[in-house]
Amino acid sequence: MKNFTLKIQRYNPETEKVCFEEHSIPFSKDLTVLDALNYIKEKTGATIAYRWACRMGMCGSCGAIVNKKPMLMCSEFCHKLKQPITIQPLRNFPVIKDLVVDTDDAMDKFRSAMPYTEIQKRHIGKDETLQTPRQLKKLKQTSQCIKCMLCYSACPVYGFNKDFIGPAAGALAQRYNSDTRDNIKDKRTAAVTGKNGVYKCSFIGECSQVCPKSVDPATALQKLKVAGMFHAAKSLVKKHPKKAS
Amino acid sequence: METITGYDILIIGGGAAGLRAAIAAAETDSRLKIAVISKVYPTRSHTVSAEGGIAAAMREYDSVENHSYDTVKGSDFLADQDAVEFFANRAKEEIITLEHWGCPWSREENGKVAVRAFGGMNVKRTVYAADKSGFYLLHSLFERTLLYENITRFDEWFVTGLITDEKGVTGLSAIQQKSGKQAVIGAKAIIMATGGAGRVYKFTTNSALNTGDGLALAYNAGAALKDMEFIQFHPTAMAKTGILITEAARGEGGYLLNKNGERFLKKYLPEKMELGPRDMISRAILSEIKEGHGCESTYGQHVLLDIRHLGKKTIDEKLPLVREIAINYGNTDPVYEPIAVRPAQHYTMGGIATGINTQSTLPGLFAAGESACVTIHGANRLGSNSLSECLVFGAEAGKNAAEFCLNTTGHPKVARVNSVPNVKTLLEAEGKEKTAEIRSKMQETMDGYAGILRDEKGLVKGQSIIKELSEKAARVGIKEKSLVFNTELTGLMELNSSLQVCELIFECALRREESRGAHYRTDFPARDDEKFLKHLLAVKTEKGMEISDRKVVITKWKPEERKY
Repeated sequence: MKNFTLKIQRYNPETEKVCFEEHSIPFSKDLTVLDALNYIKEKTGATIAYRWACRMGMCGSCGAIVNKKPMLMCSEFCHKLKQPITIQPLRNFPVIKDLVVDTDDAMDKFRSAMPYTEIQKRHIGKDETLQTPRQLKKLKQTSQCIKCMLCYSACPVYGFNKDFIGPAAGALAQRYNSDTRDNIKDKRTAAVTGKNGVYKCSFIGECSQVCPKSVDPATALQKLKVAGMFHAAKSLVKKHPKKAS
Repeated sequence: METITGYDILIIGGGAAGLRAAIAAAETDSRLKIAVISKVYPTRSHTVSAEGGIAAAMREYDSVENHSYDTVKGSDFLADQDAVEFFANRAKEEIITLEHWGCPWSREENGKVAVRAFGGMNVKRTVYAADKSGFYLLHSLFERTLLYENITRFDEWFVTGLITDEKGVTGLSAIQQKSGKQAVIGAKAIIMATGGAGRVYKFTTNSALNTGDGLALAYNAGAALKDMEFIQFHPTAMAKTGILITEAARGEGGYLLNKNGERFLKKYLPEKMELGPRDMISRAILSEIKEGHGCESTYGQHVLLDIRHLGKKTIDEKLPLVREIAINYGNTDPVYEPIAVRPAQHYTMGGIATGINTQSTLPGLFAAGESACVTIHGANRLGSNSLSECLVFGAEAGKNAAEFCLNTTGHPKVARVNSVPNVKTLLEAEGKEKTAEIRSKMQETMDGYAGILRDEKGLVKGQSIIKELSEKAARVGIKEKSLVFNTELTGLMELNSSLQVCELIFECALRREESRGAHYRTDFPARDDEKFLKHLLAVKTEKGMEISDRKVVITKWKPEERKY
């Protein structure tokens, strides 16, 4: 079998230079893109910087643009990809070095999703809140998010407006909104439907296409838009009870 | 070098134990300033790879006493029984707390959190969230931390050393990877929650992060480490990659088969079969392979894990990750074919010696989770006790560190940077040795000489190889000179920590001339309570490593033969 050829984008923060580096490695059916990078780094002593940890698609560290598509490098096999395999850093984020991007800004969006129930103190000695398997199923899809940020890399809205709450944080808000144990749905809905909230989403759906865990943030955001409208109508009724009746 | 002050508690590590500690500390007093420092984003931590579940006596048919007994027996009577009882007593409350915070535990039809069977547990007591329990647990904790204003995060800061004075720890030194900035951060208390050291082995279920950094940091700062010879091997890692196939696969009814399709455990553990403890099943697999009943493959001999009879519906509902990873990484759909599995390094039972109060032997330094050794797992951990440990002792560490701070007036000075390795020296060293080569040789040495079966000859040999490798590691030259995301530099620092841990494992494994739990000496195949019903404590002194004994605490259960 032929060798694999990898074209890796390098960025040196000292010189601010971008270049592509080509490596050829022996063919193996077992090799993921991440394995290939590790192989190159170990055998050639290349100093390429990239993140990785669990190598089983759970930790969300190793996102990159592979052959123009955002993906987790540990979850794609080299033999299934078109040669040469081009690896670039995720889009929409400042590059720190080589394949390592700065996702701090997007990571901070999770805070605005208010991803918690509002029980301030622990209820020691209490039993669990009952929740049937059917109720649990409602949050199954949105709760799969591993915060890998591929969706932010694919989102054209986040691309030009960094204040947009974005797909994963929106999906997280929807995850807590669909939870029967939640007690701050109104507050959260108000928080994520504000100025840079979910209404900015143009429902192109790129986020859902690249999501490695089938979270479908695009649909989650549409649901929040609907919840936002109900919430707005409800507040209007509260503010002007007579007019509305 | 910048000096950052004003923090009360620094928590190193953002996995389950670290984040649970942060919340507990934040809730103890909102005036306390708490920082979580991790070399990665907290959600990248190895907790995400925990699959099967979290144990507690949840049901009326169960009791704290039963859970404690199973844990003590599983530990081959090396666990401290007062710690085990404390742990078993708190576990349920922690699981319920997480439930209240939104963790999506799987449910029974009546709405109560569901429980499943697990190895070495006599009744069903393992709470789970499908087979992604660790992932859900960690993300629930992470999301919860966003509620507390007094928790700050230092994401992707690599800790290079602990700073101590004559009274105890006063802070740490670290590099912010994004900017390359070096800083000294002062605090009244530090909680170590950095996980285990699985990556000192080549064939491991562990994530790349588990290089033993926290263990080495604590040891080099003068804290005692305990029971370092006890390393757990999980019976069912995917034969090719070492990726974990959860014990829940057997808990739900899966079979282990040899090449003839026989459930071979009937020869070894006829009563428990697939639900035996991990140490015994791992050894049974090795025996089966040695007798010629293993399956041949290009990546060595293995056995088979068969869950086909559970049916597609149960597999998709209760073991979705098993199916996902078996298809993705093993090209096997377990609905139709058995999965090729063999034992892999999985867990570090030993760690930073603490009491039930999570305080280490170094004042101001606390530890929790896999990096700590309380001891509740003794010589062999039962599956699903580790996540409960992270919650119970994580919470305890947060609370105790907070109280420690509230009783300490004024912030300690952090001027004395004594134990900090000089990053500049590492960077400027000229040398021909390569980190990757040394790491690879180290991992092969550990697999070969500190694995499931050990003997004096192998341990001595392994020990001498590690010594050579440590000398080589001092001659590694680094090409990349900038401190910005310098993975060559952090890789070398991780390697140095790993080599330190290897040295500790070999030294303790040589001293323990008996077989107990996961530590199996073919030259001393029996347990020897007379000589070795004790912990081994290792402390760094000016003369080098010093090993001393500590008594095992026995409350209710006299050591007996461990039969299943």
